This record gives sequence, C-alpha cells and structure tokens, in this order.
Amino acid sequence: MIELRDVKKRLGSRQILDGMTLSVPKGMNFVLMGPSGSGKSVTLKHVIGILRPDAGSVQVDGQEVPTMDRTQLMALRRRMGYLFQNGALINWLSVEDNVALPLREHSKLGRGEIRDRVHEVLKMVQMDHAAAQSPPSISGGMKLRTGLARALVTKPEYVLYDEPNAGLDPIISQQIHELIVEVRDSLGVTGLIVTHSRACAVHCGDRIGILDHGKLGLEGTVDEMVHSEHPLARAFLGGGSD
Amino acid sequence: MNLLAAVGQTIRTRADGAGYVVDLLLRTALAVRRLPRRLRFTLDMAFNAGVRSLPVTMVVAAFAGAILAMQTGIELRRFGDTAVLGTITALSMCREMGPFITGVILAATVGSSMAAELGTMNVSDEVAALEVMSVDPVDYLVLPRVIALAVMCPLLTVLSNLIGIYGGSVIAEHNLGVSSDLYWLSAREALTSSGTLLPKEVYVGLFKAFVFGVAVSTVSCASGLRATGGALGVGLAVQAAVRNSVILIIVLGFIVTWFFYFLSG
Repeated sequence: MIELRDVKKRLGSRQILDGMTLSVPKGMNFVLMGPSGSGKSVTLKHVIGILRPDAGSVQVDGQEVPTMDRTQLMALRRRMGYLFQNGALINWLSVEDNVALPLREHSKLGRGEIRDRVHEVLKMVQMDHAAAQSPPSISGGMKLRTGLARALVTKPEYVLYDEPNAGLDPIISQQIHELIVEVRDSLGVTGLIVTHSRACAVHCGDRIGILDHGKLGLEGTVDEMVHSEHPLARAFLGGGSD
Repeated sequence: MNLLAAVGQTIRTRADGAGYVVDLLLRTALAVRRLPRRLRFTLDMAFNAGVRSLPVTMVVAAFAGAILAMQTGIELRRFGDTAVLGTITALSMCREMGPFITGVILAATVGSSMAAELGTMNVSDEVAALEVMSVDPVDYLVLPRVIALAVMCPLLTVLSNLIGIYGGSVIAEHNLGVSSDLYWLSAREALTSSGTLLPKEVYVGLFKAFVFGVAVSTVSCASGLRATGGALGVGLAVQAAVRNSVILIIVLGFIVTWFFYFLSG
C-alpha cells in the first residue's frame, strides 16, 4: 500500500505540495490528475524516494520512505517499476539491453534466463520484433512500451506511470491503456498513474484523485468522478476534456 | 540589500557546485572497486577520448613546441647560447606545456561532450531512470569516464611532449641554425640528467596530466548531472564544464608545480 500523509514540498520559491494526503491500496490503479505544475510527478518522485518531503509522511507497505538509507531505498526500488513520460531509455543501448539492464545489474540470473525473461516482457508489450533496435530509431509509442517492459521485467509489486500517453496518438494511447489494465489484472501490480488524459483515467483507473493547490481537492471511484458536478471533476473528466 | 543578497546567492551557488564536484569525486573513488564490471565501457570511453582528441593534440602540440623554440631561440641567439634550446624546449614541454595543452584540449573536446551527454540524459530523465532501477549513476556513468580520462590524459601528454619537442627541432634547425643533433642531444641530456629511469621533469608532468584528466572528467560529469531546463540548461552545463575545467587546470597546475619544486624540494 502506498500512503502519503500531509506531505509538504517546496521547490525554489514555489510550494508544490501543501498537505498532500493519498492512499493507494494494493492491486488497484489510482489515477492522479491535475493542472501542469501542480505536483503530480513530484508526488511520484516522493513515492520512489527521488525527492524527500519538507514535512509529512510517505510510506510504502508501512515503511517510511524519506528516512530510508541508500540500501533500503535500493531494495524498495527493486520492488517498484517507473514508467517515464518519454520512456527515458538509455540511448546507446538496444531495446533488449535497456530492458535487461535492471536484471543485469541486480539479479543473479544467468544470461539465458535474462534473455528469456526480457523477451517474455517484450512480447507482452508487443516489442519483441524490435529488440535489436536502438531508442533513437523507434517511435514515441515504442519507446513507452519499451519503458513499460523495463519497468515490468523485475516483476515489481508497484508501477508508477508518469503521463503514460503524453504526445501519443489515440490508437497508440489505447494500446498503452490496455497494457496498464493488463498489468494490473494479470500480474496484480498496484499502479499510481499520473495523467492529463480523461481516456487514460477512465480506462485504467479504479480511483481518481485531482490535485488542487498542492493537495487532493477531489477523490472518488471512476464512476463517482465522471458523474460528479464538482468544477474540478468537470474540468478534467467532463465531456470536453482530453 | 538586494546587491548583498545577490552576491550571497552567487557565493552559495558556487560553493554548492564545488561541494557537488568534491562529493562526486569521493563517490567515484569509492566506486573504483566496481571497475571490473564497467571495464568494457571504460575502454570504449578511453578509446573515444583518445581518438577524438588525438588530431587536435598533435597539431596544437607541434605548433606550441615550434612557438616555444622560436620565442626562446630569438632571445638565446642574442646571447649566442642557442645550444641550450633543446633543453629549454624539452623541459618546458614536459613540465608544463604538454600536460597543459592536453588538459585544455581534453576539456574542450571530451569534457564538453561528457557534459552534453550527461546533461541531455539528465534533462530527459535517463539519469532518474537509472536511479529508480537502483543503478547508481556514479558507478554506471561517471566512473568509466573519470578512469578513461585519468588514463588517456597522461598517454596523450607523452605524445604531446614528443611532438612538441619535435616541432621545436624543426624551427631550431631551419630558422635558428641549431643542428638537429645538437638540439636532440641537449633535449635528451635535460631529461636524463637525474640518472633515474623516470626523470622528475617527466613524472611531475605526467602526474599533472593525471590530475588534469581526473579534474576535467569529474567537473564535466558534475556539470552534466546538474543540468536542468532542457536544451538551454545543457548548453549552460557545457559552458560551465569547459570554463571550470580550464580554471582548474591552471590552478591545479600551479599547485602541483609548487608542491614538487618548492615544497618537497
């Protein structure tokens, strides 16, 4: 379970998070929406320990993330996957090597076992055919799918998705949404999804929260949120959004 | 009051940057035990650094040696003492000019590319991706680059010294009337007069080159890893990497010379 309680974070002169409280139960996809610069990605970075809060508590399975030492943090991160907006693939490694990287660095698996595992997840995201290609030669959607494969290759319990369909056309976006749902349903992975997209939120989410002035201004199930008359819900989930 | 605040902020930013470089250097030193895992990448980096800077180093060293011989020779000729031209050129190249030229060229070619590469990785979240995969960016990205330059800078300096001394010999023979034999004899004597296998003039120069290699790579990696704000931020990181590297080369060059020739006798 991911839990943030009264988290405050200032970056430069801006108060990004101001009393952020959030709870993501296991096996659920929680969608976090909000205006640009409202602290959605900052929230994800707190969960994985890249940023530490100025005040408040960030817990994963009851363990306090900000007080973890480097070893504990590395152990936590091995249980988590993170899908960056653009995939954040290492440019000089092939698709296959990018996906294999976390296993090569941390697992005790042999070369053959790593190759098999890598191709298993590449097949799942339909990228097996492009295993030998390098990131600059593949499309944005392929980069994202490779990023997702890399996030899943270590069989994580949690995956944090940072704008998983930003800049993608509707068809590729739909493929990514289906993958996110499949990851939750078939692998039982808990997801925290940051997005601006109504389609992504409605398709992938179990619950939706909308950030407002550094904290959750509104939260509910997908149904509750879609039918809510609250101005925030209308702005992000109304018919004209997306 | 605003001026004071601005000055204070600038000092704080500079101190923060210097602290980051020192911290990065220490973390890199601690990561050396993991070098065998990164050997392949380190060799690639060393090869690239050597190939990328070799032609420029050769050209600059040849002309630096030639200029040195020319300027010194003009004065020596007035006193009729051009016989020591080889000595002066060889000593100047090995002690100072060779390491300095190589360090500056490496800063401009390899250091700038390191800062741009890591800066681009940083602003496109690739460094953060390594962190969330529990891959230490210092171990994975910085260590191979620092080791590569720490090895390549002294090697290129040896080449730079030889080409510089040769450049001086051409000028000595064709413009100053010093025979090639006399020039090379005088250069050889200057470098072997101590009777040791590796004369002080040579090893101090090579040590200097090693220090420059470590400094340039660490400063450049630090600039790249601190880059923020897209293409503009990467550009500023490259600018800072080259500027700070050149400043450090001059300051560290002075400190090493002072230590070996004045402090330790």
